Amino acid sequence: MMDTNTKQPARGAMWLRLLTGGARPAHDWASVQAVDAILAGQPARYIAVVPDPDNRFPRVRNGEVGLVEGWQLARAVQEVMALDRDAALKRPIVAVIDVPSQAYGRREEAYGIHQALAGAAGAYAQARLAGHPVIGLVVGQAMSGAFLAHGYQANRLIALDDPAVQVHAMGKASAARVTLRSVEALEKLAASVPPMAYDIKSFASLGILWKVLEPTNLALPDEQDIALVHGALEAALADILADPGRDLSGRLQGRHRQASRRVRELLDMEWEDKQA
Amino acid sequence: MSIDKLLQRDSFIERGARSRAHALLDPGSFRELAGPFERLYSPWLAMQKLVTQADDGVVVAKGRLDGQPTVVLAIEGAFQGGSMGEIGGAKIAGALELAARDNRKGVPTQAVILFETGGVRLQEANLGLAAIAEIQSAIVDLRRYRPVVGVSAGTVGCYGGMSIAAGLCTYLVLTREARLGLNGPQVIEQEAGVAEFDARQRSLIWGLTGGEQRVASRLADACVADDSLEVRSTVIALLARGVPPVHRSERAADFLACLDQVDAATQATAADARAIYAKGLE
Repeated sequence: MMDTNTKQPARGAMWLRLLTGGARPAHDWASVQAVDAILAGQPARYIAVVPDPDNRFPRVRNGEVGLVEGWQLARAVQEVMALDRDAALKRPIVAVIDVPSQAYGRREEAYGIHQALAGAAGAYAQARLAGHPVIGLVVGQAMSGAFLAHGYQANRLIALDDPAVQVHAMGKASAARVTLRSVEALEKLAASVPPMAYDIKSFASLGILWKVLEPTNLALPDEQDIALVHGALEAALADILADPGRDLSGRLQGRHRQASRRVRELLDMEWEDKQA
Repeated sequence: MSIDKLLQRDSFIERGARSRAHALLDPGSFRELAGPFERLYSPWLAMQKLVTQADDGVVVAKGRLDGQPTVVLAIEGAFQGGSMGEIGGAKIAGALELAARDNRKGVPTQAVILFETGGVRLQEANLGLAAIAEIQSAIVDLRRYRPVVGVSAGTVGCYGGMSIAAGLCTYLVLTREARLGLNGPQVIEQEAGVAEFDARQRSLIWGLTGGEQRVASRLADACVADDSLEVRSTVIALLARGVPPVHRSERAADFLACLDQVDAATQATAADARAIYAKGLE
């Protein structure tokens, strides 16, 4: 299969560098970079998955989240939790998200890639529940299992309004095959059914994002763009700290999530057995 | 299994989602929440002129299991491949959220999830994915208080984002017929080519991702026969173990040490995975 990601520099690696002032990663891992830097005057950990053309697993060379990546993400988050175990103020974690997909391969299934991604998703969720403010910053692709593992457990999600930014459950070719449609038919349908669309504007209409930012120089962000993103991260942090809740209920308010709210209302009403 | 036993056996696989929940819960304790009479049809499937179902393929059943307050979340594999849409996903996430709330109020509600799912319902793509993230969050919240037991019996198995949810469960029960994996064989073949994974080779699929293999390589806790009583007694025994000090999904250091031993230059075999994990995940 053609590699479509090498033609432009990886957005995730670029934004990680810009936001942390090029600080050195905490580990010598090639595909998962965890960088400790400042956010709103306090220490924070920034984490990104970046392409590793020499990855020993052949299906993980374009920035995909594979077996090792899933568990390294988990480690990067667990370390932060361990550092602040006894601290009253838990340091923030910023997931810089640009993940084209999970790794699709036989090795991955054999060694349980689902469990590796559960390691990552679970660590992020535990950090959030333990009081670490977790912010997901979508600067590129946020696809399917890779997004579930890296960023979707954040208290707040921020995305850049950029044609390169995409959120979805499956790549177009595979989604077409599984739903027994042509790619053209799928694209046509996606234009009229908001949850099926690939672009960030449609995704924003679901109410899952906290903010959408509009930088001016997408390929090579300037000082103003960096300040815009920094400002949004600080605002998200303040918003999380002002919120007593640690769950994901802030995502349920969108106009396209009426059914999600209705189901929860029903469950809550019927939860206690009135006849008992 | 002897022929006599086989004839008397009460197949769990052949039961639908609602019937499976009945088989698990203590007799007379089953109470369905947000059931089919609420007519919770998927608005997104209807918009695409596809078949809908009044429960959207998920049954939420509250009751008791071995006397303990329990909520069973049963996915109907026969409806849209058990795929997670907005409504079905919200039923599972919402019920788990309420179970966690119960625990915070002193009621030790536990949960059993019956995974029979291909993952996200692609016709509701991003809302299915969002719901799965919320299910995962709720599992991690609830499992701090009481175990969340996952069961996948087959024949659909457990795939996609829901396999990640299964990986977050406290304990996991599979039958020999079940398969557990992130990417379905068809999708791997589409993305990586037939040489990487031949979706028609059933022995390859079950050999690598079937229930027996997953238990032997410590990615699941019990491999049971397709027998409702055995499924039930196994779930009860696992719930009785309580919350372990470390969940499988927290064992990053152990898994990374195991993966260090994998020779990634050659294609993986079931025997290699068993050998490395049986030793490294003791």
